[in-house]
Formats: sequence, C-alpha cells, structure tokens
Amino acid sequence: MNTASLLVFDGLLLLSIVSLAWASLATRDERRSVILFMAFGLVLAMAWGRLLAPDVALAEAAIGAGLSGALLLAAVRKQPRPLSSGSTRGSRYLDGAQVRTVSRWGVTLLCAALAGALAWALLHAFNNAPQDALHRSISANLEASGVSNPVTAVLLNFRAYDTLLELAVLLTAVLGIISLGQTTTGYTPAGPVFEGLVRWLVPILILTAGYLLWVGAHAPGGAFQAGATLAAAGVVLRLAGRRIIGLPDGFMLRIVMVAGIGVFLLVGLTVLVLGRPFLDYPPAWAGALILMIETAAMLSIAATLLLAFVGGQPRSMPARAVANQQHEEMS
Amino acid sequence: MINLLSSILILAGLFFYLAGSIGLLRLPDLYTRLHALTKADNLGLGLLAAGLALYSQHPLTALKLLLVWLAVLAASAASAHLIARQARRQETRP
Repeated sequence: MNTASLLVFDGLLLLSIVSLAWASLATRDERRSVILFMAFGLVLAMAWGRLLAPDVALAEAAIGAGLSGALLLAAVRKQPRPLSSGSTRGSRYLDGAQVRTVSRWGVTLLCAALAGALAWALLHAFNNAPQDALHRSISANLEASGVSNPVTAVLLNFRAYDTLLELAVLLTAVLGIISLGQTTTGYTPAGPVFEGLVRWLVPILILTAGYLLWVGAHAPGGAFQAGATLAAAGVVLRLAGRRIIGLPDGFMLRIVMVAGIGVFLLVGLTVLVLGRPFLDYPPAWAGALILMIETAAMLSIAATLLLAFVGGQPRSMPARAVANQQHEEMS
Repeated sequence: MINLLSSILILAGLFFYLAGSIGLLRLPDLYTRLHALTKADNLGLGLLAAGLALYSQHPLTALKLLLVWLAVLAASAASAHLIARQARRQETRP
C-alpha cells in the first residue's frame, strides 16, 4: 500500500511539474509567466526531495525558485510597458504568431530530439554503470575529506576544481553586471506591515545563512544555499525601499566579489607550495580549509546574486547621506 | 494512539487546505479569495505541522515545525496585506 500511494504521489508530482512548465511557457503575460516559473521551481524542489537529494532541493528552492524568480520579476519591471496596455497582444516584442511556423516547428523538433538523446544517454549510463560504484568510492574516502556530508565532500574536496571554475563563472557574470553601470532607483519605502516583516525577517535570513554554511559540513547545506539566503536578505531590504542593502561599495565590493575564488586559489596554491597536488588539502586541515573557502564563497555568491538583482554597481553615497539614513533607520 | 491522533490532525489540516483551494477557485473577487486562501491555509498548515510534530515524537523536530509555521504565518499575512493594498490602490486610481 505504501509503495502504491507513493507512486500516485510521484505521478502527481511529475504531472504538476510538466503542466507548470507548460503553463509558464504558454502564457503571454510575462509577470504571470515568472510567477508560474517560481511555482514550478518549488514543485521541482519537492521532486529533488523525493529523489533523496536534499542538498539539490535546498539549492533549487533558494536559487532556482526564489532568487531566479526575483531576478526575472525585476527584469519584467525594468521593461518598458507595452503601448496598448490592457491587450495582452500589445507587446512590442516578437509575437509567437509572428515567428514563422516552419522555424517554430524546427526548433520544437530539435529540442525534442536533444531531450530524447539526453534521456537515452542518461538511461544508458544508469543501466551500464556498476551499481553504487560512486557511492562506495565516496564513502570509502569520506573520512579523509574533512567533512561528513558526502555532497560537500564532493563539491569542496574530491571535485574542488569544478567548484573553483563555477566561482570563476560567477565572477565573470558579476563583471558583466558591474559594467552595466550604476543601479536604477530603488523601490518606494515599505508601509508599516511590510516594514514590520522586514525588521525581523532580515536578521533571521542572515542567521539562517550562517547556519546553512556551518551545517553544510555534516548535513544538507553549504556555500551556495547560504549565499542565496544571504542575498535574499538584501533583496528583501531593497524591495522595502532601503538604500542600504548590505552591499559594500568601492574597493570593499571588489574584495567581496573576488573573495570566493581568491581564497580558493590561495588555498590551492598554498598546498601546491607545501608539496601536495593542487587543491589536495592535508586531511588534518581539510575541515578548517573547507569552512574557510565556503565562508568566502558564500560572501561572493551573495554579492553576485544581489548585484544581479540590483542590476548594476551600487550608487556610492556621500558619507553624510549614509549617516542620515542610518539615523532614520534607528529611530 | 499517537499515530491516530496525528492522522486526525493531518487530515483536519488537509480539509482546511481543500477548503482554501475551493475558495480560491469559487469566490468572486480578489479580496474574498485572499481571505479564503490565507486564513484557511494558515490554519491548515498549523494543523499539519502539529500532526507531523506529534508523529515525529522528537522535541527538536517539533520546534522546527513550529518555527516553520510561525514564519509562514508572518510571511503570508504580510503578503496578503501587500497584494490587497496594491489591488485597492489600482482600484481607486482614476
């Protein structure tokens, strides 16, 4: 009975994932499409939970649904409104009907073929891989990794090189954002209800980020989830109309942006100097080194995501304006 | 006995979710829909969390579930207020 009811649940989960994806793509209203995409991300996070991958589920919920949704909504907000508001077909962007039917079908066919090939390759890999080979080799070496969460062990120790390159991708992205120039004006100041929520939500978000970072060593969590949570605190502050959202400016901002990849490289090069291969930490120090790298990575990831939401370099403020606003926020 | 009690709590929570969802689909305008959705879902989640806490029989898990419920309560109350206020403003705008 148990497996049967779980099968029904999984079926419903799959059905809602596909239909939410379809609804998000099919709707013409951009805002509605983004909100459906966020719902899609949340249900996808549930699917990851069902696959017993809580680390991925956390990342999907925080980054895939939450922050990506906020980024997309900010992008929709920045777009010029269609001229004939009220009609949903008034968008000045290329309309679905305007795209030639032939090319549309061509793209659909190509996408379907690609998805089919990927599914086939994945199925093939699953069927031919020796059972649990990966799992066994990870648990055999887990003790030497410095952490007891196998996912963190893979990300920060066994395949640290991949994570280092991921941080390089993030740095490249943030350089692009910075070069877009200064930020646009913020949002209108929050009313009393939202302000009340912000006052206790932001400290809790910061606390949760610290917890996720720390707990990543032995349970689901880590730099990416913690960074997304920290960035969410900044997003909430900006939505509430604050000018100070926790982002440093000037030289400090540059330091925070490169902190993740910088500390990572520094650790890698230091062990190289000590006579070990690149990024091969000495087992006795592995735990502390991983925590150090993850702390720096969390700050960089949070700054990157928040800069993406803000959409450019934060305006540098004269010192007096900062003092004034801090005074206002205190009172 | 405890399993039975937690099942009853979870089923009661699901009933309120069902009621809230029916309200969302059937009620005529945004304000009544918000009313149905937030109130019924908050109570539903509370009952669900209580049932699950009882089922886990672990004080730390129960505490986490309580915190989840409180966070959702505050967030959904504030967001319902924001949605309703925005709708009201657009209504009164000429």
